[in-house]
Amino acid sequence: MVEIPEVLKYTKEHEWVKVEDDLVIIGITDYAQDALGEIVYIELPSEGDEVTKGEPFGAVESTKSVSDLFAPISGEVVEVNEALLDSPEAINEDPYGEGWMVKVKPYDLGEIEELMDNEDYGDFIEKQSEK
Amino acid sequence: MNYTALYDVHRKMGAKMTEFAGWMMPVEYMGIRDEHLSVRNSVGLFDISHMGEIEVYGKEGALLCQRITTNDIGKLKKFQSQYTLLCNPRGGIIDDTIVYKFSDEHFFMCVNAVNTIKDYDWIKSFEQKFNAKVVNKSSQYSQLALQGPNSERVLNDVFQMDFSALKRFFFNLMEWKGENLIVSRTGYTGEDGFEIFLSWNLAEALWEEIIERGKSYGINACGLGARDTLRIEMGYPLYGHEIDEDKNPFEAGLSSFVKIEKGDFIAKDSLMSAMERGVKKNLLGFEMVDRGIPREGHRILKGDILLGTVTSGTLSPSLEKPIGMGYLKTNMEFGNEIEVEIRETRRRAKIVSFPFYKKPAKERKNGRNS
Repeated sequence: MVEIPEVLKYTKEHEWVKVEDDLVIIGITDYAQDALGEIVYIELPSEGDEVTKGEPFGAVESTKSVSDLFAPISGEVVEVNEALLDSPEAINEDPYGEGWMVKVKPYDLGEIEELMDNEDYGDFIEKQSEK
Repeated sequence: MNYTALYDVHRKMGAKMTEFAGWMMPVEYMGIRDEHLSVRNSVGLFDISHMGEIEVYGKEGALLCQRITTNDIGKLKKFQSQYTLLCNPRGGIIDDTIVYKFSDEHFFMCVNAVNTIKDYDWIKSFEQKFNAKVVNKSSQYSQLALQGPNSERVLNDVFQMDFSALKRFFFNLMEWKGENLIVSRTGYTGEDGFEIFLSWNLAEALWEEIIERGKSYGINACGLGARDTLRIEMGYPLYGHEIDEDKNPFEAGLSSFVKIEKGDFIAKDSLMSAMERGVKKNLLGFEMVDRGIPREGHRILKGDILLGTVTSGTLSPSLEKPIGMGYLKTNMEFGNEIEVEIRETRRRAKIVSFPFYKKPAKERKNGRNS
């Protein structure tokens, strides 16, 4: 059973978003890390980079496959989890904790309301797994 | 969709499954890296029942095999096998295969799953020219690969016999639970190992027995993910990636498996003129200098010049470095710097020799796949 914390918001591309004051923290979900398998490599933007909702902001790779990371919200990157560059396996081990990827200062925090809550995301991945 | 005899076993073991060449196959059980390293350091067991098996019988079976392959069948002793290529008349590679000689009138070929039907139709088309019969036996055979430095000890325990005298590229016919098995000392990993052909109904029993006996030798079930990273580390080609009908054996670095002097064979004329012309591009390996993992289809450049594209790439679990292969213009030398375009940015890489992974000398035994 995959973990889908109640307090987070989710995208169809399997990113999670956590609001912390006027910033958002972004990572990939437990479902995504499990589907990817052991993550061996990650590419992240730099501090000060701009990310655009729905556009790739980085990539995550397992031994076998590559996935783009899609920005759930538009804004400016204010912090990057650089520990992941050397230890990308933290994404497998703790996707909602040590596996966080970037902190973004959104241009419009209201965009967050367009994302799925935990129940909708749960239904979404259930449908995905049936395919 | 085809399912191997071990589909339920894989599911029970928690494997991630995927479709490969029309077969539902295990990609990984507990993780590609650990599975890969268990083959390098101890032993791993693979279900490779998707592979095709084609048999050639008859008085002129040897002649037929000699005609359709590039290596020299005439050099094979009874119960010996060889890596060889099927080429089309233009010299392009139809498939790579291992041919097993049972007798002068009985040969057995193991072919890539993706090519089984194509190869069978091609080989069958020579039936009327020779006094020989070509039969597709793929649906009757399961195949297991037991690979790694401990594989001989595991097999000795499983069959209660001594396999130390079985040399690389030789095979035994033996009986187990009242049925015949082919136990061949071959593999696709660069390690010592065995490939076992057996009837569908024995596959589960032998798989369970090997896993059980292998426990004390550190055995792991391994999926196609590790099979791929292991073969990439050795620089072995895979059909549909490094080799296909538009590549000839010289470009692919497989010239030692072309025996022009053996007599007449399909593609001989094309291959002779290809030899005279020389190659414009050949398969080379590279390792990354900058960060990034090369993947199939990425462009390889040097300055303004497009040199080629990546055919296979991965993070090497043994070397802990990203490595890749691709066809490059032949003026490239080892150590030359190139660039690989990964997600729109160019990353530096350097040309290195095959195999990427070189086993420490003292462990080298029954090593190379040739």
